[in-house]
This record gives sequence, C-alpha cells and structure tokens, in this order.
Amino acid sequence: MTHSLTESPAGLAVQHPDARPNEIMTIAASRLLEDGKVLFAGIGQPLVAAAIAKRRQAPHLTVLLEGGMIGIELTPGELPASTNEVRAAVGAQMLTSATDIFLMAQRGYFHYGFIGGAQVDRYGNVNTSIVGDHARPTVRLPGPGGANDIASMCNEVVVVTQHEPRRFVERVDFVTSPGFLTGGTSRQDSGLLHGGPRWVVTDLALLDFTPDTHRMRVRALQTGVTLAQVQAATGFELLIHDQLDQLPPVEDAELALLRHLVGASHEGAEEASR
Amino acid sequence: VSTRLVTPGVQAARVELEGLSRATEDKLTTAAEAVRRLVPNDAVIGVGGTNHARTPMALLIEVLRQGRTGLTMTRPLSCFEAELMLATGMADRVMTSWVGIGHGWGLAPVVRHLVENGQASFEEWSHLGIGLRYKAGAMGIPYLPTVSMLGSDIDQQLGLAKVTCPYTGQLLNAVPSLNPDVALVHVQRADQLGNAQIDGYQLMDADLVLAARRVILTAEEIVTTDEFRLDPARTVIPGFAVDAVVHQPMGAYPHECYGHYEADLDEFTAYMAAVKAGGVDGARAFAAGLIAHADHDAYLASIDPARLAAARRTAEEMLPR
Repeated sequence: MTHSLTESPAGLAVQHPDARPNEIMTIAASRLLEDGKVLFAGIGQPLVAAAIAKRRQAPHLTVLLEGGMIGIELTPGELPASTNEVRAAVGAQMLTSATDIFLMAQRGYFHYGFIGGAQVDRYGNVNTSIVGDHARPTVRLPGPGGANDIASMCNEVVVVTQHEPRRFVERVDFVTSPGFLTGGTSRQDSGLLHGGPRWVVTDLALLDFTPDTHRMRVRALQTGVTLAQVQAATGFELLIHDQLDQLPPVEDAELALLRHLVGASHEGAEEASR
Repeated sequence: VSTRLVTPGVQAARVELEGLSRATEDKLTTAAEAVRRLVPNDAVIGVGGTNHARTPMALLIEVLRQGRTGLTMTRPLSCFEAELMLATGMADRVMTSWVGIGHGWGLAPVVRHLVENGQASFEEWSHLGIGLRYKAGAMGIPYLPTVSMLGSDIDQQLGLAKVTCPYTGQLLNAVPSLNPDVALVHVQRADQLGNAQIDGYQLMDADLVLAARRVILTAEEIVTTDEFRLDPARTVIPGFAVDAVVHQPMGAYPHECYGHYEADLDEFTAYMAAVKAGGVDGARAFAAGLIAHADHDAYLASIDPARLAAARRTAEEMLPR
C-alpha cells in the first residue's frame, strides 16, 4: 500500500473533527488504491474514493464502470447518479458494451473491484438482494447490479460499508456477491479460481481475512475508535490481526478534496454514502 | 433445469426466422402500429438501454396505452419503467440484475411492495448473466459458460446447470440463451431499413436485437441509408434484424438519450410523489396520466418547453469536445 498503515500510537492521534463517518470511510478506501492499477468502481463512495486517489497518490489509476465506460474522469460537483448515464461517461477513453466490460473482468484485467452492501458476513459474502426469506422477503433490495461479477472476477475486492450490527451479520440472508463463501477452500471449490475480498473498509476499521480460514479480521482501527467499539458494531466474533494498526486521521486536504468532488451540499455527501 | 430457463430456445428462434422477411424494405411505422403488430400478451419483452439510459419509453408507454397481460420485462438494470409495467398489472415478472430509482431515491417502492407481498416475480441474474443470455441468443447457441454467479445464492435460486470444460476440467456456469419475444430499443439514428447507430454507451442493445424474435426500434432521427454508408463501422444494428422503425424524437424521455437530452428529474420527482401519496395506486395513477396523451409527442407537448430545452442543452454540453 502506498499509504502506510501508520505506527501512530493509539490514543494520541485525534480524528478530524469535521469528518463525517461516511467521509472517514471513503477516504480510508481511497488510500488503499495504488497507482497504475485498474479499478472497477460503482456509484457513490467507490467512485469518490477513486477520484480522490487519482488526485493524490494514484494519478495513473484507470477507473471503469459497469456501463462500459473505461478511463473516466469525474467533473467535481457533477457526480453521476448511475453507472449508465452521461455524467459517468465524461472523459472516458473507451466506451464498450456492458457485456464486454464484464468479459474483460473475467479475463482478469481489473485489479480492484469496489462494492458496497446491505449485509456482509464473516467470510466477506455480500448481500444486496433481500432481507429475510427469499420467497417472501421482508425487504426486496435492488439486486447485484454489477457487484456479483465484480466480486467473482476482480483480483482484489474492496467492500465499503458502514459498520453497524445489522450490516455485519454472522451469515448474510442471501449471497448476492460471493466472498469466501463458507471459508477455507470453498470459494475455489465453487469454481471461483481468482480474487476474493481483500479489504472491508468501514467508518470504524479496516478489516481483512485470514489466509487459511478466510475469516474476517480487524487489521486497523480508524483514529479514535476502540476495538471494543468495532466488536460491538459487529454481529459476529471478529478475529484480530497480530499487529493491529491505527489508520491515520483524515487530513484537511483529503476532506477538502472529497467535498470539492461531491459538491458542497450535505445531501451530496449523503448520496455518496449509498 | 427449469424449462423456463430455455424457452423458447435458439433452435426454435432460428426456425421461426426462416418464416420472416429479411428484405430491405421500408419499415417505418408508428409506435401504435408497431406495438399492435409485434407485442403480444404474455410476451417476454427485452427492454433496451439500462437504468435510465436510452429506455424505450415511447414504446413502453404505448404498451401501457394498448394494454397487455402476462408480460415479463427483461433488462440488465431497471428503473421506474419496470414499476409502471408491474403496477398496472401488465407485467408480473422482471428478469434483471437490479431495480432501483436512483438519484437519491434509492429502492424501487412498487417493486418492493409487489415482490414482498408475492404479487410479482423478481428473477435475479448477475449483470453479465443477462448480458450472456442475450449474447448466446444473438450467437444462436443454447448457452455460454462463465464464472459469473458461481457460488452465489443467485446461482442457487436460478438452478443454473454447471459445465465442465472438456479441455481443462474447469467448472463453469452454463448461462442459457434468451431470445426475447420482442425487443424494444431506442437509438440515436436509424434508416428506414432498420440499420441503426447507437452513440455513447452501447450497453447490451446490439446483442439484444440479434437475440430477439421481433424488434421495434425508435430513433431520435431517421437518416438515409447513404448517410450510413459514409461511416458503416458505426452501424451496430443490421436492418435485417429489425421489424419496425419508429421516428420518435425524445423517445426515451423522461429518461436520457446520450448526446440528445439528459433525464428529466422533475418527472422522477412527480413519479415518486405519486407513489408516496398512493403507493401502487399512485404508480397506476401516474401511468394513467402518461397514457391519457394520444401519443408520445402529445406527452412531450404537455411538458414545460423550457425543461425539455434544458435537458437537451445539458446533454449537448456534456459531449466530449
């Protein structure tokens, strides 16, 4: 990673007083992106994180969207509301078909895939389909969009979501986008030979997965957050990395850049958190 | 494997093609006539564009106007057009990877209500899953192998068959072809023969057209075939695959059409206000308002011209230069 998981001792650093939780999360996600890579992004926070990274440590990041847009450039204050609209195509180097963009993912060209989700479980499986029983769901969510394909095909999947017990569940109600399924070799056994969740980024922590069992593990805490808070916001028992780090606080420049990209309105920031 | 996954099958679709004219002939007609002739009850309708991009609104509203039953709407990403078809009872099933309103409104309220109450079927596919269904249909083969959906509950729910690569032993999902009964597609440019060009994002429309058993195009502009001959590589839909061509400026309104107009969010607001006020009945009332106009031009004439002009101006300003 270009932005080190800092050594700053817990308790000394203080989080940026103006940074809202979804901004803290977006900025933490942006720091994970290395220069020269190819990123399959979604609308909202993933796209904002990518745009921040491109303006800081990763100017040569290629950003693409499921509408078939490759190498896009965002206009500050003009964020697209959909991956399939004119604002998402601005500055694109190539527009290909929506089928071909996923076939390129299947080919293995894309380093990162950014997805969100209503529920994520200890193996990094993500649910954006239903809450409750499939036959008669309590809540019918929108469905995968491109997320199932992104989670199945990109080298490293980054899940970006708010840290709440209702989102971090023991087992998702429905595996929309496969993580490590039931852990161990189950992902490979299902035929998914590549990729898998690499990071889960939240407003409270950065999490990864153990190499063998593929259970979720706390890798670093957001500034000012305790391990107890992270566990309390999680509906299953978290593992903890041997060298638990603390993420650096949000910088003035990062926050200013994020707000410049999203636009001044609070509504805009909320939209970016979807 | 469920028979619903292989209906009607590429072989049936191919045999059927043999009975259809592929002559270079004038296919220009009206939306009303095209829908009357080519959209039967119980049809699986392949809807062009995605989400709120190049939605064939004029044709869908004409389907609402004429009335149909038992429709299935298939689309990679769906917006409130799917809600209108379901709320009015004309469709009872969507095949899609996503339904939402977007633009900060989030979840699709009518789809939520109907699916949560068992009144509509939401057949969920991955985005590439829909794309490969069309692709296989367009290629004339019964399935395509992919890693998409492996290991997921989408796979489980659909009951997809697996194939083992005869060369490497790799395990893959076999995504069955889909040859929709009719494709409704809005394009920027067509000639009277049905050749068509799509500016900007192509999405899945070229495959959808080739897969479908019947095809209706609406086009922002009708040009001469000679104009296509100047730059034929830009033509993505061959005329022989098209049954009817309708000249319909702003044919995707209130959704967007790349290079011509952006979405009119005031109409989204009006739709969501109707649903907020009356639930599914509100969506029905909104649909009733749309079909009260004699045709799409009349609907457009009912909208503040300044709003339409602003939508067109923004779309032009967004074009690369």
